[in-house]
Amino acid sequence: MTPDRWIVTVTGLALIAFIVWFFWLKRSTGFRATETSGGYQEAMILVKGGYTPDTIIVRSGRPVRLNFRREETASCSDKVIFADFQKSADLPTGQTVAVELLPKEPGEFGFACPMGMFRGRLIVE
Amino acid sequence: MHCSSCVVRVELALRMTPGVVSAHANLGPNAVDIEYQPEKVDFDAIRKAITSAGYRVAEPKIDSTSEVLDPAEAANEEEYRGLMWKFWFAAAISIPVMVLSYPDLIPGLRDWMPMGSETRRTVWSLLGVLSLPVMVWAGSQFFIGMWDALRHRAANMHTLIAIGISAAYAYSVVAVAWPGLFPNMALAEVFWDVTDVVVALVVLGLALEIKAKGRTSQAIKKLIGLQAKIARVIRDGKESDIAVEEVLVDDVVIVRPGEKIPVDGKVIAGSSAVDESMITGESMPIEKQVGDEVIGGTLNKTGSFRFTATKVGKDTALATIIRMVKDAQGSKAPIQRVVDTVSGYFVPAVMILAVLAFVAWYNFGPEPRVIYATVIFVTTLIIACPCALGLATPTSLMVGIGKGAENGILIRSGDALQASEKLNTIILDKTGTITKGEPALTDVVVTAGFDEPSVLRLTASLERGSEHPLGEAIVKGAAARNLTLADAEAFVAIPGLGVSGRIDGHDVLFGNAKLMRDRNITIDMLQADWERLAGEGKTPMYVAIDGKAGGLVAVADTVKPDSKAAIAVLKGLGIEVVMLTGDNERTGRAIAREVGIDRVLAEVLPNDKAHEVQKLQLEGRSVGMVGDGVNDAPALAQADVGFAIGTGTDVAIEASDVTLIKGSLIGVVTAIEISRATMRNVRQNLVGAFGYNSLGIPVAMGVLYPFIGLLLSPLIAAAAMAFSSVTVVTNANRLRFFKSRRAGS
Repeated sequence: MTPDRWIVTVTGLALIAFIVWFFWLKRSTGFRATETSGGYQEAMILVKGGYTPDTIIVRSGRPVRLNFRREETASCSDKVIFADFQKSADLPTGQTVAVELLPKEPGEFGFACPMGMFRGRLIVE
Repeated sequence: MHCSSCVVRVELALRMTPGVVSAHANLGPNAVDIEYQPEKVDFDAIRKAITSAGYRVAEPKIDSTSEVLDPAEAANEEEYRGLMWKFWFAAAISIPVMVLSYPDLIPGLRDWMPMGSETRRTVWSLLGVLSLPVMVWAGSQFFIGMWDALRHRAANMHTLIAIGISAAYAYSVVAVAWPGLFPNMALAEVFWDVTDVVVALVVLGLALEIKAKGRTSQAIKKLIGLQAKIARVIRDGKESDIAVEEVLVDDVVIVRPGEKIPVDGKVIAGSSAVDESMITGESMPIEKQVGDEVIGGTLNKTGSFRFTATKVGKDTALATIIRMVKDAQGSKAPIQRVVDTVSGYFVPAVMILAVLAFVAWYNFGPEPRVIYATVIFVTTLIIACPCALGLATPTSLMVGIGKGAENGILIRSGDALQASEKLNTIILDKTGTITKGEPALTDVVVTAGFDEPSVLRLTASLERGSEHPLGEAIVKGAAARNLTLADAEAFVAIPGLGVSGRIDGHDVLFGNAKLMRDRNITIDMLQADWERLAGEGKTPMYVAIDGKAGGLVAVADTVKPDSKAAIAVLKGLGIEVVMLTGDNERTGRAIAREVGIDRVLAEVLPNDKAHEVQKLQLEGRSVGMVGDGVNDAPALAQADVGFAIGTGTDVAIEASDVTLIKGSLIGVVTAIEISRATMRNVRQNLVGAFGYNSLGIPVAMGVLYPFIGLLLSPLIAAAAMAFSSVTVVTNANRLRFFKSRRAGS
């Protein structure tokens, strides 16, 4: 094999390893929802290219209010779906939309845009 | 509001407003409960009071249904126009760039700018300058989208397109700026046409997709459009037009011919025909009289009437329907979970494949290897379409559930829709589902010497005094035959036996066989008819006039007019229909025969209905249960799909998966047809999207090249990618033209 082929092959394999590590081997630390005087566990979530934060930690048995604020116009993210809770909300650009849930059991529940490109997790303890 | 002093300030400002009785502010939901006298103060004054205290009144999010979609729609329209501008710009630049990028194919140009000449280099540099705004402006959303996603360590369609077009651009820059780096002048080619055309086509695809997606929510827009804006109410003895949001429960509302009924209520004066088709799917106008319920959003046709409001704001049937449909459209069908798993890995996997293809073509491909490898790398990234996968299920669901709502069928979720498709057994509750649930006069049999109208007239006149529901059915039956009733004298009710009295000088006796025998009346000649009627599930009773047997009058719970047809269609769909009833076997069988049901589960106690459903499920069947939402709630919940037959304004039936607003069994047929059509559509979309990607990506990688020499141009890949998602959405939109087979026949 010529040197240029070696270089291309090694670079390619390194790139693949990077892609795997970068996209698939991430572990996000969760964001713990703050408790308000009204008894709600609240968190603000920014919708822009993804959900920030994308992992929300809450306690079971208490109402949760997630305030989504979408700051982009791509039509993919114009809705958020909590499939396990049978809840969804339209997210008009530039508006804060509250989604209220009552997690009864501990576990991990996903939320996502209708096409599943944006994903987040609700961890119930 | 941030603190308790805010609460105090807001409450104080409101209490000082004339007409406000009390105000309680609540920090948690940021809300104030206000009790006020509507004749003295309106929303504007309340809003002013809050604003003067230094706070802002947030516009209601869900309640005022008309405002929900408009901003989103406006944003979509703006997005569409922006994308179309970008498309035209990119398309306009693509044409000269494409022509000048391949001078060797065009005789005149080949001589004017031969390979390796300064002219060619200058022209190509100019093309690069022209293409720059295409990439950074028209293609800006790809880079922004990629960057936003990368910060979350995620990748999406934007990532693929952004890498693809920038790789093509970068290669071209190197080829023009440092042609010396290439061993062969032929390698120093430019791919600016790829950048421009890909941007143009993908942007066009995005724009078309927005348009098509807008159409998928047409059904709910129609529902929202039904909401009346103005209501004419009587307050302080005066008629006044007020905003529909300000109508309160117990307000008296006036509706004139041709006007929309603003809220739900009960008619207190006047009568009219009302077109309820927009809510119930029932095409014939419904006669409304004093005491009847009216539904907000329906259209008053002929007369004027007044009604008292019973449900307003977010509690109206229409608002509930809109909320349920929106929730359902936002829910996920179980089939979607497979797609979700795939799309989580999809984009990085495509990137890995593109890198692998580059390495393989660089190492083993034909010369010029670097060009082949680059073109294939770009083509692979561009042909992959995660959007088609992601759009496949939600768009079909959106249209299918919307279509249901148009037909008066509320499907609660994607789960319910997918489960309805698989049903192979439908259990129908008898009373109130197959039948009307109230007795009606069915037969009059007379003995020699008597005629039918007079026997019925005397019986009905006698029964007018009784409060028995069967008596009411006979009186109604007589009224329907235009008989004028007389007053009964000496009316006596004989418990457990019947009634007697004197009408127009005749002694009339009406009751069971025991009553007749007690009074020594011969009824043998009626025995056969009695047996026959009882065998048909009816309740026949004897009439004696002046001491002689006059005949039989039978009442029965009658079958709804379209039950038989609906059951026939269900059987035609390959579904076994089972009847469930608390009545005895004989009555149950009689009704079952009439409507064409073979399997009857009779004498089932109300509490055992859910158990019967479970028994059928244990036979391995997928069971749908149809009943009324109140008494049959446990059975509805136990069934794979619970269909609640609702009527009028009572649409929020919690135990059911599917609510049929119009109380007809045809709704069950339509619901199953819609679920089958929708799921078929979902599958077509998924097969299309998966098929497209799993064929397109390997072909783009050049898998077929060694065998048949087939390579895809990145331009073709861009066109395919742009139109694959548009195709998926367009296919989903086909569901809008769904017509029930039954409705069509």
